[in-house]
Amino acid sequence: MSEHLTIYPIIVHLLTAILLLLSWMNPKVQRYISIIGSIVGIIVGGLLFSQVWTEGIQSVQLGNWKAPFGITMVADTFAVTLIVLTNIVALAVSIISTRNMVSSRLKFGYYAIFHFLIMGLSGAFITGDLFSLYVWFEVIIISSFVLLTIGGRNIQIEGAVKYFTLNMLSSIIFLTGIAMVYGVTGSLNMAELSRIIPEIENQGLVHTISLIFFIGFGVKSGVFPLYFWLPASYHTPPAAVSALFAGLLTKVGIYAMIRVFTLIFPLGEINQMILMVVAGFTIFFGGIGALVQKDIQRIFSYLIICHIGFMVGGLSLFTEVAIVGAVMYMFHDIIVKATLFLIGGVMYRIFGSTRLYDMGGLMDNYPRLSFLFAIPMFALVGVPPLSGFWPKVSLFMASYTQGEMFLLIMFIFASLITLVIIAKIWNSTFSKKPVEREKRKAFKYFEKFSFAEKAAYIVPIIILVGVTLYYSFFAEHFQVISERIGKELMNTEHYYNAVFGIKEETKL
Amino acid sequence: MNSLILNTISKTLLPLLVLFSVFVLLRGHYLPGGGFVGGLIAAIAFILHAFANGLNETKKILRIHPGFLIPIGLLIATLSAIAPMIITGEPLMTGLWYEKDIPILGKIGSALFFDAGVYFVVVGICLTIIFTISESV
Repeated sequence: MSEHLTIYPIIVHLLTAILLLLSWMNPKVQRYISIIGSIVGIIVGGLLFSQVWTEGIQSVQLGNWKAPFGITMVADTFAVTLIVLTNIVALAVSIISTRNMVSSRLKFGYYAIFHFLIMGLSGAFITGDLFSLYVWFEVIIISSFVLLTIGGRNIQIEGAVKYFTLNMLSSIIFLTGIAMVYGVTGSLNMAELSRIIPEIENQGLVHTISLIFFIGFGVKSGVFPLYFWLPASYHTPPAAVSALFAGLLTKVGIYAMIRVFTLIFPLGEINQMILMVVAGFTIFFGGIGALVQKDIQRIFSYLIICHIGFMVGGLSLFTEVAIVGAVMYMFHDIIVKATLFLIGGVMYRIFGSTRLYDMGGLMDNYPRLSFLFAIPMFALVGVPPLSGFWPKVSLFMASYTQGEMFLLIMFIFASLITLVIIAKIWNSTFSKKPVEREKRKAFKYFEKFSFAEKAAYIVPIIILVGVTLYYSFFAEHFQVISERIGKELMNTEHYYNAVFGIKEETKL
Repeated sequence: MNSLILNTISKTLLPLLVLFSVFVLLRGHYLPGGGFVGGLIAAIAFILHAFANGLNETKKILRIHPGFLIPIGLLIATLSAIAPMIITGEPLMTGLWYEKDIPILGKIGSALFFDAGVYFVVVGICLTIIFTISESV
């Protein structure tokens, strides 16, 4: 059985979703099934990770059709680490959903769709075929659209329309790119493409196709100038859903970008230049956007965009050190962004509003919670020794040694502006005197919560903060993992050998 | 809709169409057809019946809520995909075939069960959509 472990992360969530559909009428049972499913997901992800770590890249040929004729599922260190993190975020979200989701939402199959989304994410991470990647992206988009609209408040529909239009457009662009790749090479297997593409004479065409892919993934990951759907939609659904989206959805775009631009179209000078400029502007506009917002979930949405720039920038430098930095930043960002949106959800319950103006006095009233909330915020800024600091070491070093001063300045700018924004949030929510205002009547404030409800809101944050702290104080583990990922990504023959079942003499 | 002709004929057409949909489903491995088309035909049979005799009559025939067909179909399809991993240790979705021919059905294998799963999912989704819309109008 263990030789098929690669496929298990998908199957676990598929079976969980089916069980959830079967217990459609019984929202109470659904909560437990979902939590158990996520825990099993973490265990399976961990097993797969240890297998990949000891035995090298794993692959499964679906339907026993040998590559390049069938679809290959490939689990390399990059993919499995992301799967483990995805499942951790999924556990946190399924715990908070037990209370954050009113039962009318559960009745419309919230949990089942949620697990379909996690299944889509796992599939996108481990697929080794371009068209299959597109299909997993569709699974992700359709599930996320349902999650955005479920509940059906007007503001949600408005956000969902923007979200869906732009994402469908990017899917069409992505599909066009796939068609062109197939027309030029006659194959969609990523490993095979990595061998065919460099031998094509018409490199100008290859270059154009690679940019089409960049636009397709760029919309999904929210880079400048294609990001505007993100802050328009991410603050609309309940905190649990936004946390999931913030942590994972944009990162899938970045994952696909890193995968495609290391394996299939290794970056040339012009592409590096384009990515670098895009990364710089993404940082700039994301940061400026966050600075002027007055709603806490919107601020966090713009911060997502701002920090996407770190990953795109790391990729654009295209050295092993820079890729290590980008990948490490991605791991840190997944956890911290999910935590921030969960914190936003708790603040909404405490103050009855998400506007900064209505907040204040968190430090006096909830000192322990404030301490808990402070950790991810400072981690986001990158205060040593918290998790944001470590990837920046690699990124700054890479951009400095490469002599890319523009990018270095933008990185520093991003860190500073994040500091300013976090200071602003700190001022208005933690230390400012609370604003005296009427309490909303039909609204359940945090102070009136029962113990179980409080636990459902706080436990996921504790789990995620725990992961952040682990990352902070045992950063060398993530450094080692990321260095190995950097090696695997930059030397594509390991991937190729795993897909085509060629025995390797030297293991990583 | 109260039309005597439609009323009468829909009662006859329902079993015929369902039978035809099963035929299309079984034919699908080598010839045009399969679970998706078969499922659509079966759904049309029930929708036609609902148009002629009203929703409640159709629900009486179906007995269960069509939404329940979705997870059942998914479960059948998933199990047929997992089966080769458990039985022969081959990768997911490898076709398993019973060696002997079976009268009428021909060869059967895990692909047939996968298609049957698709069939149920399509019937379930189509009927759920149509029933929900006609209930809310």
